[in-house]
Amino acid sequence: MTSVDEIRRLAGEVPDPEMPAMTIEDLGILRDVRVDASGGVVVDITPTYSGCPAVEVICADVERSIRARGFRDVTVRVVLSPAWTTDWMTDQGRRKLREYGIAPPRARGADMHVVELAVTCPICDSPHTTEVSHFGSTQCQAVRTCAGCGDTFPHFKEH
Amino acid sequence: MTLVVADAAAVYTLRIADDCLVLSHRLAQWSSYAPTLEDDIALTNIALDLLGQARALYARTAELDGTGRSEDDYAFLRDEREFVNCLLVEQENGDFATTIVRQLLCSTLQLAQWQALTSSSDAQLAAIAAKALKETTYHRDHATDWTLRLGDGTDESHRRMEAALATLWPYTHELFENDDVTRDVVDSGVGADPEPLRIEWDAHVSRVLDEATLVRPDGTWQPAGGRRGLHTEGFGYMLAEMQHLHRSYPGVTW
Repeated sequence: MTSVDEIRRLAGEVPDPEMPAMTIEDLGILRDVRVDASGGVVVDITPTYSGCPAVEVICADVERSIRARGFRDVTVRVVLSPAWTTDWMTDQGRRKLREYGIAPPRARGADMHVVELAVTCPICDSPHTTEVSHFGSTQCQAVRTCAGCGDTFPHFKEH
Repeated sequence: MTLVVADAAAVYTLRIADDCLVLSHRLAQWSSYAPTLEDDIALTNIALDLLGQARALYARTAELDGTGRSEDDYAFLRDEREFVNCLLVEQENGDFATTIVRQLLCSTLQLAQWQALTSSSDAQLAAIAAKALKETTYHRDHATDWTLRLGDGTDESHRRMEAALATLWPYTHELFENDDVTRDVVDSGVGADPEPLRIEWDAHVSRVLDEATLVRPDGTWQPAGGRRGLHTEGFGYMLAEMQHLHRSYPGVTW
């Protein structure tokens, strides 16, 4: 018999289609996994941004992944509340982002203020970076430039 | 009685949804034409946020009006007279200054509105608002930054911003219109009271215009009618373009 934990692990391993290094567990968008009395699996996913085009792909991938383990009755729901925040991203997710060349969102305190002031360049680790554009190649990213290496890099902005 | 309340709530969510969709499409028309690559990306990112907000609101509207219509039904299969967006969002892009002024005027309202709707008695609308609030904060920041830069910029940019303000300002009165629908949703706790929204909107817009050395236009022309399906000329052309593919190839999917 497969436990809820195993289904949760299966769902959590589904990669983000736009940043395949990241899983949905890393992103913190896997909200809930449960099995109802009749054996139906229900998975709740929360979108990062309202219009994020990756959500539909992620929902289909999660459903496919769970069905592949023999579950026939699988429902993937999109839930909006409470709204997703980058604070739910795991430490492993933050590490993977940096290795992927994207500066991870900075940690925030309980009052939502950013604790760590500098966004460090994922290429050369210099803290001397400035924002070029608040909007980047996906809704969750901003574009920054680094005074250390002169390169530009994406920043997964705090949200 | 319950039916009346449900109807007003459905019309109210539809109005906000249409505002989001139409503004989204206008911004998307900048794709590959914006003055800089960064702003091409910014405007289309904002368009995508607004599209997502519209989709969530159409889904809620379908539950409230009981028709079970899909998001596509609302977006692609209604005619001009069935759209209940305000006139401001449908105004043509014009030059970059016009788009920025429109965006400042719209996103300032939307931000105040989402803030108020986070405590809506409709739990689903409150959830949509809480999510959208964070996104719209970026939209207003973007429009505010550009207004300051262009208003207090060169003679040319200042002149263009003044012209844009003169063109768009008359359409702002409609944003705070009160009618049976707004009164009903305020009473039921579903919707936001336009009057406090106007005060908040005024405060931000006035502060930004002052700092940008721009003067608030005066004038008595107050066009309205969008909430009743009466639109300006450019809107029909925009809809024709937006709906063409879906209507020419019914049921088409990616």
